[in-house]
Amino acid sequence: MATRRIDKETTSEIVRHFGTRADMLVQILQAIVMRYGWVPEETIRQLADEVNLSRADVFGVVTYYHDFRTEPPGNHIVKVCQAEACQAMGSRALTKHARKALGANLHETNDDVTLEPVYCLGNCACAPAVMIDGKTHGRVNPARFDELVGAMKDSR
Amino acid sequence: MKPRSKIYVPRETSSISVGADDVALGIAREAKRTGTSIELIRNGSRGATWLEPLVEVEVDGTRIAYGSVSASDVPGIFAAGLVDGGEHPRRLGPVMEIDYLARQDRWTFWRCGLIDPLSLDDFRAHKGFSALEKAFGDGADAVLDAVSDSGLRGRGGAGFPTGIKWRTVAATAADQKYIACNADEGDSGTFSDRMLMEGDPLGLIESMAIAGFAVGASKGYIYLRSEYPLTHSILSRALDVARDTGWLGTNIQDSGFDFDIELHLGAGSYVCGEETAMLESLEGKKGIVRYKPPLPAHEGLFGKPTAVNNVVTLGSVPNIVNLGAERYARMGVNRSKGTLAFQLAGNIKRGGLVEKSFGLPLRELIEDWGGGTASGRPVKAVQVGGPLGAYLTAAQLDMPLDYEAFIEIGAMIGHGGIVVFDDTVDMAQQARFAMEFCAIESCGKCTPCRIGSTRGVEVIDRMIAGENREENYDLLVELCDTMEGASLCAMGGMTPYPVRSVLQHFAEDFASSGDKP
Ligand SMILES: Cc1cc2nc3c(=O)[nH]c(=O)nc-3n(C[C@H](O)[C@H](O)[C@H](O)COP(=O)(O)O)c2cc1C
Ligand code: SF4
Ligand code: FES
Repeated sequence: MATRRIDKETTSEIVRHFGTRADMLVQILQAIVMRYGWVPEETIRQLADEVNLSRADVFGVVTYYHDFRTEPPGNHIVKVCQAEACQAMGSRALTKHARKALGANLHETNDDVTLEPVYCLGNCACAPAVMIDGKTHGRVNPARFDELVGAMKDSR
Repeated sequence: MKPRSKIYVPRETSSISVGADDVALGIAREAKRTGTSIELIRNGSRGATWLEPLVEVEVDGTRIAYGSVSASDVPGIFAAGLVDGGEHPRRLGPVMEIDYLARQDRWTFWRCGLIDPLSLDDFRAHKGFSALEKAFGDGADAVLDAVSDSGLRGRGGAGFPTGIKWRTVAATAADQKYIACNADEGDSGTFSDRMLMEGDPLGLIESMAIAGFAVGASKGYIYLRSEYPLTHSILSRALDVARDTGWLGTNIQDSGFDFDIELHLGAGSYVCGEETAMLESLEGKKGIVRYKPPLPAHEGLFGKPTAVNNVVTLGSVPNIVNLGAERYARMGVNRSKGTLAFQLAGNIKRGGLVEKSFGLPLRELIEDWGGGTASGRPVKAVQVGGPLGAYLTAAQLDMPLDYEAFIEIGAMIGHGGIVVFDDTVDMAQQARFAMEFCAIESCGKCTPCRIGSTRGVEVIDRMIAGENREENYDLLVELCDTMEGASLCAMGGMTPYPVRSVLQHFAEDFASSGDKP
């Protein structure tokens, strides 16, 4: 994964890329998360100054959306779909397996891997679905999950 | 040197999720190794997801399909003469003779899987931008008439007549108007927006430009969910292609019409698919639902008249312009005109996208197309229309797919997602999930939705635990009534639908819920 170092100039660059516009705040934050993996408090302060919003406003938007983590995640992010089509194909058992295999509950990080829920990846005809570091996988049974996680760890 | 043959491997989320990239790589490697010159095209999906990765090779103008191809199959298929459509156990014959595809009514998805999604030439060779050109010639009023006369209704869930919406925006005077394409596709069990955007992104651009021309909007927005990174990359490239070739921007093809599109990403919020929450999010704010009125058609994005439409709604328009409203209206039943791209998902043998005229019974989709459950066990419940849709019983499957018929039994067709469950499902857990999902995704504006859903989870937990089951049953019914009656949007207002359907048809599962693993 890309370097996660928080850097004022990088943040400013992202803000400028979106025209330094307050109405682009969601887009700016999405780019920040793609870059840093999360939204640090110092970045919230900087964004508020740069797009001319109050810190409370920016903080409000950050906490509203599920994508905008306020804690640093691990180097790898594993999302297991929790929605209905995947439930119909065993996602509850798969989630249990994932928690055990990764040693983390949903929203937790262990050994540099963060486990998160996701509500539909649009892969409902290939359920259950999992997303690993931004890539969607389908028809994932526990054995395939272990294989994918193994490959992910090898790519460190 | 002219390549020996054209080989197609989908570049589409589901296909790739089951190995299409590795298959494409393998084919390129085999071609190189054997010194065979091929043209490898990454198309969209045909929608027969159960056959993915589906490889096609063009032989004398016919596309021959090979289904469920894995990377390890590639050398064998290549040796069997893939480039000439050679015999192999994976060979299915001409792709359009596959029953699943041959019997569909492809109106909106007809180019999906057929063309190279990012090639303007291929798009143009398949009528691409011809509807926009026709619109320029016919004039905005003619487009508005066609969309109205077609009977097209919103495919995002609410089924509102598109013609009325567009006429309202067209009739509202303003210095700036917008088209906002809702590509949030949050409903579980749905993926038609994604397939259309990945398989025919230039088609969506054309559709939005037609909408802009019809209502007098010079700017469009696409609000795409962040769970679709591949779609984002394909759409971004398609937007570049359209801009570079003068199909977006100022004075499009010397028509005097200006139109451009900005692509925005969502951030993992389900309720941001609700149109006013989406507009808030597009303005950079928390995705909190607005009171209506004002309607977005009067005061939408940045307070300007805005036509908010779903991807598939928009995608149905070019052929309405090209082939005429009457042809569209002739398909379907009652007030459900035209086609819907149904999506077969969950525990189903042959999952995928089936575009059919309205009116066929649900059972036909699940059995004839879907082939029943993937597990081979009996169907116990089917959720139609996403997380806010009711669970139907196996006995209700003869329902014709018609908006009004579904509403009559407290269900909805919504965005056309059909999620099948076999008899191992614990319906008490499904009711619990409906409430839990509402609690997680509520925008927080209304108390019944925000607090009621959390209470709902607690009450269901008590029922499952066997505490005062009857009392809690009544409490849950009451809670559902309050949520339905006092919520601003369908998140709180319709979460009771799946819950009530479980109470009505599967109440015995509350008693047995604890017994299951
Ligand atoms: C909670 C909620 C979520 C919704 N999610 C979506 C969605 O993901 N995509 C969509 O097109 N419409 C969604 N809708 C419906 C929109 O509010 C709106 O009706 C639709 O975008 C209008 O376009 P259409 O008329 O073309 O369907 C949702 C509605 C609600 C209440
Ligand atoms: S019903 Fe729920 S999601 Fe809808 S406006 Fe009210 S609180 Fe928000
Ligand atoms: S419900 Fe899991 S991918 Fe759609």
